[in-house]
Amino acid sequence: MSISEGTIGELRAKGVEVKRLEREYYEIFIGPQHPGSGHMRIIVRLDGDIIVDADPDIGYVHRTMEKLSEGREWIKVTPLVERMTIIDACNVTLPYINAVEKLMDKRPSTRASYLRVLLCEINRIASHLYGFGIFGVFLGHSTAYMWGFGDREVFLELAEILTGTRLTYTYHIPGGVRRDMPQDFPQMARRAVRYMRNRMAEYEKIFLNNPVIVSRLRDVGVISKTRAAELGIVGPTLRGSGVRYDVRLNEPYEVYSELDFEVPVFEEGDALARTLVRMEEIKQSLNIIEQAVDWLEKHRDEPVIAKEDYEKLPKLHKELYEKTGRVKLLPTQISMKVPPGKAVARAEAGRGEIFYYVESDGGVMPYRVRVVTPSARNVIVFKKVVPGHRLMDLPAIYGSIDYFPPEADR
Amino acid sequence: MGAGVGCPREGKVYAGNLNVAAKRAREILYGKLKLGEVVDWATTFSLWPVHLMTSCCGAEFAATWSPRFDAEQYGALPWISPRQTNFIIIEGTVTRKMACALRVTYEQMVHPKFVIAMGACALDGGLFYNSYNVVKPWEVVPVDIYIAGCPPPPEALAKAILDLRKKIREKKMASRWLTEGWREDREYLVPKEDVCRWWRP
Amino acid sequence: MSLQALAEVIKERLGTLAKEVRIAKGHVEIVTEGGRLTEAARALKEMGFDHVKSVTAVDYPKEGKIRVTYHVSSYLKEDLSKYIVGLSVDVPRDNPIVETLVPLWNSAEFFEREVFEFFGVHFKGHPDLRPLLLIPELAEKRVLRKDFVVREEGIYEGVPHEYK
Repeated sequence: MSISEGTIGELRAKGVEVKRLEREYYEIFIGPQHPGSGHMRIIVRLDGDIIVDADPDIGYVHRTMEKLSEGREWIKVTPLVERMTIIDACNVTLPYINAVEKLMDKRPSTRASYLRVLLCEINRIASHLYGFGIFGVFLGHSTAYMWGFGDREVFLELAEILTGTRLTYTYHIPGGVRRDMPQDFPQMARRAVRYMRNRMAEYEKIFLNNPVIVSRLRDVGVISKTRAAELGIVGPTLRGSGVRYDVRLNEPYEVYSELDFEVPVFEEGDALARTLVRMEEIKQSLNIIEQAVDWLEKHRDEPVIAKEDYEKLPKLHKELYEKTGRVKLLPTQISMKVPPGKAVARAEAGRGEIFYYVESDGGVMPYRVRVVTPSARNVIVFKKVVPGHRLMDLPAIYGSIDYFPPEADR
Repeated sequence: MGAGVGCPREGKVYAGNLNVAAKRAREILYGKLKLGEVVDWATTFSLWPVHLMTSCCGAEFAATWSPRFDAEQYGALPWISPRQTNFIIIEGTVTRKMACALRVTYEQMVHPKFVIAMGACALDGGLFYNSYNVVKPWEVVPVDIYIAGCPPPPEALAKAILDLRKKIREKKMASRWLTEGWREDREYLVPKEDVCRWWRP
Repeated sequence: MSLQALAEVIKERLGTLAKEVRIAKGHVEIVTEGGRLTEAARALKEMGFDHVKSVTAVDYPKEGKIRVTYHVSSYLKEDLSKYIVGLSVDVPRDNPIVETLVPLWNSAEFFEREVFEFFGVHFKGHPDLRPLLLIPELAEKRVLRKDFVVREEGIYEGVPHEYK
């Protein structure tokens, strides 16, 4: 029972010292060692069970990529920046290469563009399945983790056949890609697509239509359309809030304008909608893989690097390319100079839009590389959206925005 | 009770085979096996890594426990709390901010405890060599096994766990820890005040 | 609307607020002066640019300035969402102060904190100006400025004596 102001006045008049008690909040530190995808700390202040204030403390994986890239040759920046999203390495390096191509006025060959798109979509599926598995860990749904990671291996295997490695591809070079598709790749890709289509129905059964999951995700972490635009969030988080925005659609890069795909948009804006967007995107990516593979099978005569580059190759390198499909880099390409200028480029990575600002002063190394990753733009959700929810909703929101700390910290 | 509980055929060793377990127990009790050896033997089958992801090799760490590679078959299961684990896997780069978290987590774990450093960054900085924000993990915690690669594939991590088991049994790491206490070669290189100078509790 | 048309529209709308409007590779570049940044930003926001993609700072030690650029775009207006507009302001290197744009664009909050710790640019009126990624000791060193040289580690550093 609270004491009225009048009573307090009376007590004070009698000489009694009256102090108002400040409301006490409980402060807890979540992370950097916590279940799920680690690497970050959230300082949460609680009133009972309700979060009143959340302060994301990131930077546990800040590996100074922007500084290091100023001391490396242009082409050596690619392996550096792909480490920030090792599970989505193709998508995050593509806009960097696009920006360098813009500065050099170079266009990749169409075959190279299709190969890039093919690997990007394989990567997108792998990245979504990774996020799905980690989300399962967050919610205590181990089956989702096992299934997500098990099926992810199918697509990692595809990428391995295409590029030679599981995660860190360094596939793009200015004007093309480093390796051609193996002869029997289309059959394998089609098999993988068929397999994944069948699996999608089972995912819906065990995870998306599971009443426990639905009750934990529905109406949790709701972000309205205008709020989403104001906070500047990206990717499935944005499209789950009803904003129809996808870089592949709004500013098509590579050959996305020639491909037939849809951009799934959900209006609800809650954690369930974000999860559904990601699952729908997997289906669309499967369609794109099929189209890209069909095109690549029909047009085999074009080289995978720009025509003028191919003609410049020495005879030995040409023979190697024809025999194995591998492009060997020339020493001049490694120490190449890029004309001075500024360029921006962006692409739709698995978690959303990734943005590069590249500045050259005409030297063999970049003057400045600025990269803004999707997770770095989604951090603001922790600060602005989480307060007002219960503590147990925090893992659901964390998992649903598919936050990947190395990506945010760069 | 014939061949033991849950054993479909005779003559095969299954987990839960009572005959084998009884034989083992008799060996221990009759002094054929030293207690220290039992400790080492038992520790190798319960290496539980703590759920601390230091960097991007964590993607391969997670894949190691996925159905394809299934590292749980070696008795290792990533666990949430450092208090109930005895084994830490450093997944790649350790930044200055993470170094403190790594040290605190390591100190909270129970004895005997072991460390695997995964990836080129954990060896000598790797791709992020010369960076201002990266520390070497072996300066922060004593490391038992290093794995090369950027990132090392899940098979390499599984192999490292097997190597660690071998090392524990050959060098009697677990039992020596219990009998001789804190070993000299396991001193920290950098004191905690330096690692955690910035820490804001 | 093409990129040229957008640049024309922006030039007309901003008038004297912009010192320079030009087309760079893939985006429109606006350069404005220190005192007019907030007004220019407000004019852009009224046009429909509703979020900040990046706050980028570039250090030019020879000219003694740091250029702070707000790369903005739109989510809700479909014809603007194709383009990126960079709104730049030059600040002196020895006393870099910029007026914050967080009240206008909420999405700039974390990026301004980042520029603050990496370049030492002070954002006047920012609600919560603390280092974001770095430990306080490093944040004082303004690590992304060109005169901060990364310590070159010796190859044999830390290796016992007999191997040298």
